[in-house]
Amino acid sequence: MNGEGLGRSLGVVVGGSLSKGIDVKLDEGVSVEELAEGRYVTVQGERRRFFGLITDVGLGSLDPSLPLTSPDPFTAKVLSGTGTFGTARVVPYLTLSGDATSMLEGPQPAKTIPAHFSCVREATPRDVELVFGTEDKDRFAIGNPLDLEAKVCLDMPAMVKRSTGVFGKTGTGKTFLTRLLLIGILQKGAARSLVFDMHNEYGWSGRSEDHGRVKGLKQLFPSQVRVFTLDEAHARLQQVAVDYVVRIGYGEVEPEDIELLSETLGLNERQMEAVHRLAGRFGDGWLARVLALAGREEAEGRAEQIGEHGATLAAVWRRLAALGRLSFLTPQEGAGDSVKKVLGYIDSGMSVVLEFGRYENELAYLLVANILTRRLHELYRERVARAMAGEGAEPQPLVIAIEEAHKFLSPRLATQTIFGTIAREMRKFNVTLLVIDQRPSGIDEEVMSQVGTKLICHLDNDRDIDSVLAGVSGKGELRTVLARLHPKRQALILGHAVPMPVVVQVREYGSPASYRELGYLEPAEKKALVERDINEFWPKE
Amino acid sequence: MRVGEVVESATFSFGAECYELHLPPPLGGLVKTADGEVDIYGVVCHAATTSLDPARSAIALGRGEEAEEDLYRSHPQLAQLLRTTFQAVVAGHRREGRVYHYLPPRPPRLHSFVHSCTDAEVQEFSRSADFLALVLASPVPGAREEVVAACLRYLSQFQPDPQAFLVAAGKELTLLLRGQGPALSSILRRVRL
Repeated sequence: MNGEGLGRSLGVVVGGSLSKGIDVKLDEGVSVEELAEGRYVTVQGERRRFFGLITDVGLGSLDPSLPLTSPDPFTAKVLSGTGTFGTARVVPYLTLSGDATSMLEGPQPAKTIPAHFSCVREATPRDVELVFGTEDKDRFAIGNPLDLEAKVCLDMPAMVKRSTGVFGKTGTGKTFLTRLLLIGILQKGAARSLVFDMHNEYGWSGRSEDHGRVKGLKQLFPSQVRVFTLDEAHARLQQVAVDYVVRIGYGEVEPEDIELLSETLGLNERQMEAVHRLAGRFGDGWLARVLALAGREEAEGRAEQIGEHGATLAAVWRRLAALGRLSFLTPQEGAGDSVKKVLGYIDSGMSVVLEFGRYENELAYLLVANILTRRLHELYRERVARAMAGEGAEPQPLVIAIEEAHKFLSPRLATQTIFGTIAREMRKFNVTLLVIDQRPSGIDEEVMSQVGTKLICHLDNDRDIDSVLAGVSGKGELRTVLARLHPKRQALILGHAVPMPVVVQVREYGSPASYRELGYLEPAEKKALVERDINEFWPKE
Repeated sequence: MRVGEVVESATFSFGAECYELHLPPPLGGLVKTADGEVDIYGVVCHAATTSLDPARSAIALGRGEEAEEDLYRSHPQLAQLLRTTFQAVVAGHRREGRVYHYLPPRPPRLHSFVHSCTDAEVQEFSRSADFLALVLASPVPGAREEVVAACLRYLSQFQPDPQAFLVAAGKELTLLLRGQGPALSSILRRVRL
């Protein structure tokens, strides 16, 4: 191998193990200050070339008797690089070449480590490209690795096969990252998405700290995205072109939905039991009946007749009255239609964003997301069952994006809510989740373990970090990487969509140039393009 | 320039008598002698002026003299009764035009002439600091650190970049004197510019 196209030499391998990573003694001219953890390196072993990540840098000294206290400049110069030297810990993740499999199938997970004295070099953009790929029909560039002009691409079809998690403290760029992921899913046609957009960030337009208002999915992909809303008035105010206004009938709210809301509504166990009994007694009309009670006195008065304890029924009535104030809940049936509409669009290859308008509260969000998803889940199961029996095609892969995921997937609720079921088993039915959350430790362990790809922005709570890194090899090293992430626009990505854990500087979004990179054309440009095509196909005589 | 003649010879070091009384080559200086085809380089590690006859030691004679020179003029026999000798540790050799920083196959012959080295020879010899291993390994009488430091100071005068030479030699010493921090720092203190 000649010296061209190789990164700068950093040092040589002097020890280490596969489980803990290899120790590198830095060359004399290389200062530890030039290295940073999270940086990529290649190691040329005897037979293989390894690709790894710096997880620690340190200072070493040849022997303890050296005159290290306050040396003069000459002594310092003599000792640096020989008596004292920089060290780095490198975890080799992949082998790039050397065996037949690597050559045919690209980088393979490293199952051994390079031998002593192997030369460690900085990874070049070409090495990174070899590992993280280039944008193509399946791969979507999410950003670039730290300090390198190369792209990190996510394998979108691999990503949507399992659930995906976007985690990070508030204000670290979760929404920003999620918007890009949704764009990636759309652009590569990996799946359809259904986005429960609590803060109206994804549909028509969203907010960005750098660019003010930025374009949402609908503006970038007008023919592939439909925007639904719960709040028509708000949409009109924001001048959002809405495709459908979602309504949900009282009859469609089930006790399981109330169970999910019990904490928000303040219902205790006894009151929840009363809700179940009421539903058992009155069937679909139970909520309408409860909400129809005119006041506390009436509730207490009717209690005996219904067979409930007066105070309990009054408490249930008082707490459920909060639902009565949600104007999208109507006495008529509605959700069925909404779900059919969503499915209709998804079948025709479109994605749906449901904006919540002014209902940016937990109550509305949990209720609507749960009811719609439950219906969708039923329909999907049915369709897959039919497809397996040879009737009809399998449904389109679907990604459901939910924010505040720990509210749906907490250990207490994960076994009961539909989202827990989807996270655990719906992969078989072509439905996966895109969960966005700031408290991953609040999410059920079993659900977390099923998340295939994790995109982690800055986190500093120990329990949260433990929870996102549970079951990941090299956890200790990744912990330090994670703790040092820049709080803005940097994320650690690990899991199925990338061949190895990677820290990325997330790509820019919001400027005209960034839209253009994503394939967006201004109306005038689009018109010109169409005219050119017409002229090419039907030249004027 | 011819400075003396080998009067004792061994594998690790040789002793020589100077032609000029009181004018041995400097401590740490590079000298060369020969064993047939092979030039042998030595680093001066010790020098002494003594009476020729070990049974008759020198005595003070200058009580009545004005200056030291007058003393030698009034006692011309002194130059015949005293001798200046020096010791050099073997630091390498040169065979067929190449310098090797390890011991020559044979020690120098007795009565071989000892020359001081030219600038070009010093530069060629000190192109690498490997000879330090040999100097450190030799059974040097007296303070080993002093000899090494003097040698480096001497050699550095002939280098285009003395500082760089000393730093490189210091790095070699750091590896050779592993576990001997005080010795290393005593040498480094003696050579810094």
